[in-house]
Amino acid sequence: MKSRFTLLSLLGRDGGLSKVHELIREIRVSRVMTTTLFTVSPDALMSELKELMREHHISGVPVAENGALVGVVSIEDLIHALENGKLAHPVRDFMTSGNLIIARANEPVVEAVQRFEVTKIGRMPVLDTQDRLVGIITRGDIIEALLSALEEVYSEAERVHERPDYFFEALESDSTSLMLRYTVKPRDFSRGGDASAKIKQALLRIGASPILARRVAIATYEAEINLIIHTDNGGMITADIKPDEISVLAEDHGPGIEDVELARQPGYSTATAEVREMGFGAGMGLVNIDRCTDDMHIWSSAGIGTRLQMIFRVSPEEIKRDEAG
Amino acid sequence: MNLKEIIDTIEGELLVDAPDPVDIRHACCSDLMSDVLMFVKPNMLLITGLTNPQAVRTADMAEAPVIVFARGKYPSRETLALAEQLEIAVVVSAYTMFDTAGRFFEAGLRGLGKLPIVHQS
Repeated sequence: MKSRFTLLSLLGRDGGLSKVHELIREIRVSRVMTTTLFTVSPDALMSELKELMREHHISGVPVAENGALVGVVSIEDLIHALENGKLAHPVRDFMTSGNLIIARANEPVVEAVQRFEVTKIGRMPVLDTQDRLVGIITRGDIIEALLSALEEVYSEAERVHERPDYFFEALESDSTSLMLRYTVKPRDFSRGGDASAKIKQALLRIGASPILARRVAIATYEAEINLIIHTDNGGMITADIKPDEISVLAEDHGPGIEDVELARQPGYSTATAEVREMGFGAGMGLVNIDRCTDDMHIWSSAGIGTRLQMIFRVSPEEIKRDEAG
Repeated sequence: MNLKEIIDTIEGELLVDAPDPVDIRHACCSDLMSDVLMFVKPNMLLITGLTNPQAVRTADMAEAPVIVFARGKYPSRETLALAEQLEIAVVVSAYTMFDTAGRFFEAGLRGLGKLPIVHQS
């Protein structure tokens, strides 16, 4: 036999879906109900009800007289009227009145769910404490509200997991690091900065402080531009991210730097006029990198290539500095 | 200074709008991107004559939410596309770089002041 899909079975009587249980006890009917409310007068004709239902795609309408709820009329009642050719009769003749099943705006959703299960009805008018009609609630409303509440709960949980402590704590090893690798093509100015921007984004995502992310991005950007401007065949950028230290390596296979000490002097540049025209080659790249890093090692040999290692420490001071800034 | 005040100060033309309200506190004026990166401070206005996509990249790295291109230099489509992608507002000013910067200074915006003198090789 096919098991019937009910709201209560969705909830899992054994408490399997405990978050849903919690939500359904927490959330009040007023948060779930539909407040854009259509009502009919008991004196309206069944043909008018038919139009209202068709126009707004609704299957049941509360019947109100002077603001008070006097009945409910559903699509079944309309079919009944149609079958008997009584569309010209008033709603009063077909509506359900007396012993109306209603929900209260301030009761928890779980109460409404149980009432839906027991009575098998499709909708309930919602009354406030002064018995005023304030809305209508359906099973669909409840499912929709639960789903959106669950989505909130899950996205909150996801945000927590993005924090670096969680990110690294979730992975067990003697020393865990995250490696990001990027290829940089020579003379490819249009994509210059892509690697740096992506590293920055990754750092922010796993919860690095904005100041640390900025320092890494600026130094890496200068290194990336150097690969674009100066290398024969481009190079590689590798970011090695550990909970306490970030190391970014920019390496290439030529042409290499003739005199590293000279290259580190502010204003020294071998860039062409064309490159300078683009706003680079002012001879400040390595100076800038030095300023942004905690440690920097440069190794180069003419004809072989260059390796530039940039170290950034993730210290408690970093976090303090960020709060101050 | 918000985006409207920036535009009004230089009678500029807005090419890329900012998705969020901007609150500019200081300005940096340079055609040398490394110079700009030396002066990084959040909420900075970048004034430059360099209209290639790297100006936008640099603004992104420097977290400058607005770029003003001076002396009526209209940036390329590529530059504007990158600015849109990185959510950086772009304004073009018909005034020269000096006059553009001067107008912002008159309006109360300041740069980063004096720096130590460095002997260059």
